[in-house]
Parts: sequence; structure tokens; C-alpha cells
Amino acid sequence: MKIRCRVNGVSREVETPPMVRLLDMLRETLRLTGTKEGCGEGECGACTVLLNGQPVNSCLVPACHAEGASIVTVEGLSKRGKLSPLQEAFLHGGAQCGICTPGMLMAAQALLQENGAPKEAVIREALAGNLCRCTGYVKIVEAVREAAKVTRAAAAAKKPARKKKAAGKEKAGGKQKPAMKKAARKKPATSRGKRARRA
Amino acid sequence: MRAALSRLRVVREPNLAMTARALEESAEGPRPLVPMAGGTDLFVYLNAGALPEQDYLDLWHLDELRGVIDTPGGVRIHALETFANLRRDPLVKRRYPALAEASSWVGARQIQNRATIAGNIANGSPAGDSLPVLLALDARIRLVRFSAPRDVGFDTFYTGYRTSVRHPSELIHSILLPWPLPGTRQYFRKVGTRLAQAISKVVIATTITVQKGRVTRARIALGSVAATVVRVPSAEDALLGEKLTPAAASEAARRLRESIHPIDDIRSTAAHRLRVAGRLVELAVADALR
Ligand SMILES: Cc1cc2nc3c(=O)[nH]c(=O)nc-3n(C[C@H](O)[C@H](O)[C@H](O)COP(=O)(O)OP(=O)(O)OC[C@H]3O[C@@H](n4cnc5c(N)ncnc54)[C@H](O)[C@@H]3O)c2cc1C
Ligand code: FES
Ligand code: FES
Repeated sequence: MKIRCRVNGVSREVETPPMVRLLDMLRETLRLTGTKEGCGEGECGACTVLLNGQPVNSCLVPACHAEGASIVTVEGLSKRGKLSPLQEAFLHGGAQCGICTPGMLMAAQALLQENGAPKEAVIREALAGNLCRCTGYVKIVEAVREAAKVTRAAAAAKKPARKKKAAGKEKAGGKQKPAMKKAARKKPATSRGKRARRA
Repeated sequence: MRAALSRLRVVREPNLAMTARALEESAEGPRPLVPMAGGTDLFVYLNAGALPEQDYLDLWHLDELRGVIDTPGGVRIHALETFANLRRDPLVKRRYPALAEASSWVGARQIQNRATIAGNIANGSPAGDSLPVLLALDARIRLVRFSAPRDVGFDTFYTGYRTSVRHPSELIHSILLPWPLPGTRQYFRKVGTRLAQAISKVVIATTITVQKGRVTRARIALGSVAATVVRVPSAEDALLGEKLTPAAASEAARRLRESIHPIDDIRSTAAHRLRVAGRLVELAVADALR
């Protein structure tokens, strides 16, 4: 079967049997070996990739479900040879042996796309489907928090420049309010402390 | 095992009518097609090499099987709705909070993005987390085959351990949840080995309706304590006509412990399950009091 999809932003046509796992299509057919296999049964999250923006276990997805989809793997996180803020943050203790790391990164990436300032309980829930036998999770949670902080700081650093422009065009005032409201909305609505994962 | 996956055939028809026809035609032949939704159950078996070589019928692309819609009789949830959608759907959250809650406890994020409600029903594990909720909410299941649809009450859906009234030529099309009665409190609680991604040792869903201070209707449904998800009428009766008091709750719990007969298995023991199930009923009543 011929499958048309976007992988890390590039359009691909892949010839693959339909019931082969997305994990094998990525690793073996496309040679994107960043995505790992741990358990092969949905438990460990090492094989996590983003399918149309959502994290899924690629060991449980048939290749035919990638038809027309957009897929992001760990190879798609860095831009022009530069690690993403999340990858940078994981370098400081968030990764040890590294087998869980690609999956952790993708699950965390999905979270940060939805929520720019996640609380610890929210991070732990978002990563509950990813097992790590090395770090004890604390450094991983810290890395996600750190990446969120760095990303927010970078966005804030960009903002004044834009505001200046806007203020130059139209008279100052007014326009700032919606921006503030948006930032407030981004705060997580719920925190599910009870769900914090014990490994 | 991976070599085997590369030999499997998938049938993918452009719409629901043709999909239903393909299923019905194959059901009479030597190789009945096996419906495939999110694949979170199927691929666990496939990867373990635990299934015979079969042909699959893909449902995933059928948008006719998606959507949560408001109808005069209640809310209709279509087969392919994932638990990720159900946990955040505004209508589900408002009208059936127990279902939104249960959805948020299925597996973890990655599973919720793929696992569908019809897959949970059709897989039929007595530990399926949405099942006690559907039972407590008096759900009706719409089955379709090419020739005709039919509706069956969820309380008569299962006939035994992982067997149901669904004929191999039928698809689960949707689930109708009647509007909850005024004054109804819904409760859901799952007890597993750890908080996330654990198969339930005991799972409970209840709906308790109180009018003028007395219980007029109660549904107590449990998973993982029998071959199928079960309601416990004797415990429900203990609450009927009563005020919600600790005494009524412990009487319901006592009757419940008398009427269920869980087993020892790899996840838990019968004794532990009995104790937990009784306690969960007390917690459900305490919750309804709030
Ligand atoms: C790691 C992991 C954790 C899990 N955790 C939980 C949990 O906490 N709670 C829980 O309840 N479950 C859990 N599950 C089980 C599974 O995710 C659910 O049962 C899920 O709802 C199945 O849906 P699916 O769409 O993936 O089904 P599929 O795997 O596609 O199909 C499952 C079965 O249903 C049949 N089927 C699917 N759709 C239809 C239809 N429309 N009509 C007729 N037949 C159909 C298929 O033929 C198959 O027999 C877990 C699974 C994994 C791998
Ligand atoms: S390899 Fe897919 S979840 Fe473990
Ligand atoms: S770093 Fe080794 S398993 Fe997570």
C-alpha cells in the first residue's frame, strides 16, 4: 500500500504493508531510528510520536492510519541543527541511558503545545504513559518546567518589539488588553495532584 | 511476529454503508472481517502473536462514526469517539461527568488519543473502565449491519466473559445516553495498582437520584468483579426510599458484599476486591450527599 503523509514537515510517499506498525514504518522503512521500541504493548511510551499533533504509541498504530496524517518524531524537534528548548533542558539530568528520552520528549512536546505553563501535577499526568527506569522522574519534570520557562521568556523577549511597532502604528493603549487576557487563559484550569504518578 | 503483520490484509471502504456491507458479506464466509478502530487492544494481541491470521476492516477513517450529538432522547456518542475527546467534550462533562471522569482514567494520554468507546465495549473486558458508567447511565447500544440497525439495552449486551449479543456481521454504531433525571448524582472511581495506566482491580460507577430528600432511583455498577460488568440490584434496593445516611450506605455495602463473587487473579484477590467494592459504595453515597 502506498501511504502519503508528512513526516517532520516533509511530504513522503511510503510503500508499506498496511498493518505494519507505524513504529516499524518510521524506523525500518524511513530509517528514522530516533523513535524507540520498549515494550511493544502500549505500556512504556518509548515509541511515542505525534500523529496530527497528538501523542500516540506508534507500536499500536497500523501504518495505514498514517495515510494523510502529519507525523512528528524526535528527529523533528531540532531546527537547523539547533536543539529545541525542551531537548536542551533534558540535557541536565533529564536523560541518563536515553531509551525513554525520545518518547518523553514527544509526550512533553505535546503538553507544551497545549499548555505553556504546566504545573507539576499536570506534567506528571501528561507523562504518565512514559516509563523511565533511570532518572526517578524528578529531573524530567524539572526539565519540562525549565523548557516551558525558557520558551515563555523567549516569547516575552519578542513581544515588546512587536508592541512597539503596534504602538507606533496606532495610538498606544487599548490593544494590550487582549494580549493579557490570552496569557491568563493559558494557565492550566485544573490540577490533578492525585494523579501524580508513582513509578 | 512482525513478518506476520506485513502479511495481514485490511479492507477499507469509502463509507459506512459499504463498510457494513463488506462486514455482513464476509460474516457468512470462511474469513469474517475483524473491525479495527484505534487498535489499542488489537495491536497488543497482534504484537504478542496471539491472534490467528485474519483480515481487518478499517473503521478509523469513517467520520460518520464520529461525533457527540444532542438528541431529544439524550446524547448520542458515536463509535469512534476517543477517550481524549470524551474527557473534554463540554456536553459529556456537563451531563455525564462520570463518563468524562472515567475517560480521563483510561490508560495514559497516548492511549486516550486512540482508544475508542466502541472498542472498549466490543473488546468486552470486564475491567473496561467505561463499561460500569454506561451501565449506570442506562445506555443503549446501536448496532448496525447493512440491512438494518437495532438498539439493545447495555444491561442485556453481554452474555458472558467477552461475549455479547453483537453478531459478527454487526458494527457498534453509537451509544445513546438518556438524559439524567433531575437530582441525580453520578460517581466514578477506579482502583488499580498505580494511578495511571493500570487495569482496574475494581471499578465502580453509580447514579443516585434523590427527590425530596429520599432516594428514588439508584444504579450501582461494578467492573472487574465478575465475568462481565454487573449491576448490583440488592444494593440498589437498600438505598431506595431511604435518606442518604451512613447507615443506608453501610447496608448497601453489606448487601453488595453478599451478592458479588469476585475471583483471585494476577491483579488482585477476591477478598481485597470485596473489601474495596464495599468501601466504594460507601464513598459513592457520601459523594451523593455533598
Ligand atoms: C497500555 C494500555 C493501557 C490501557 N488502559 C486501559 C484502561 O485503563 N482502561 C480501559 O478500559 N482500557 C484500557 N486499555 C484497553 C483499550 O485501550 C480500550 O479497550 C480501548 O477502548 C479499545 O478501543 P480501540 O478503538 O483501540 O479498539 P481496537 O483495538 O481497534 O478494537 C478492540 C476490539 O473491538 C472491536 N471493535 C472496535 N470498534 C468496533 C465497532 N465499532 N464495532 C464492532 N467492533 C468493534 C475490534 O474488532 C476488537 O475486537 C488499555 C490498553 C493499553 C494498550
Ligand atoms: S514500545 Fe510502544 S509503548 Fe512501549
Ligand atoms: S533515561 Fe534510562 S530509562 Fe529513562
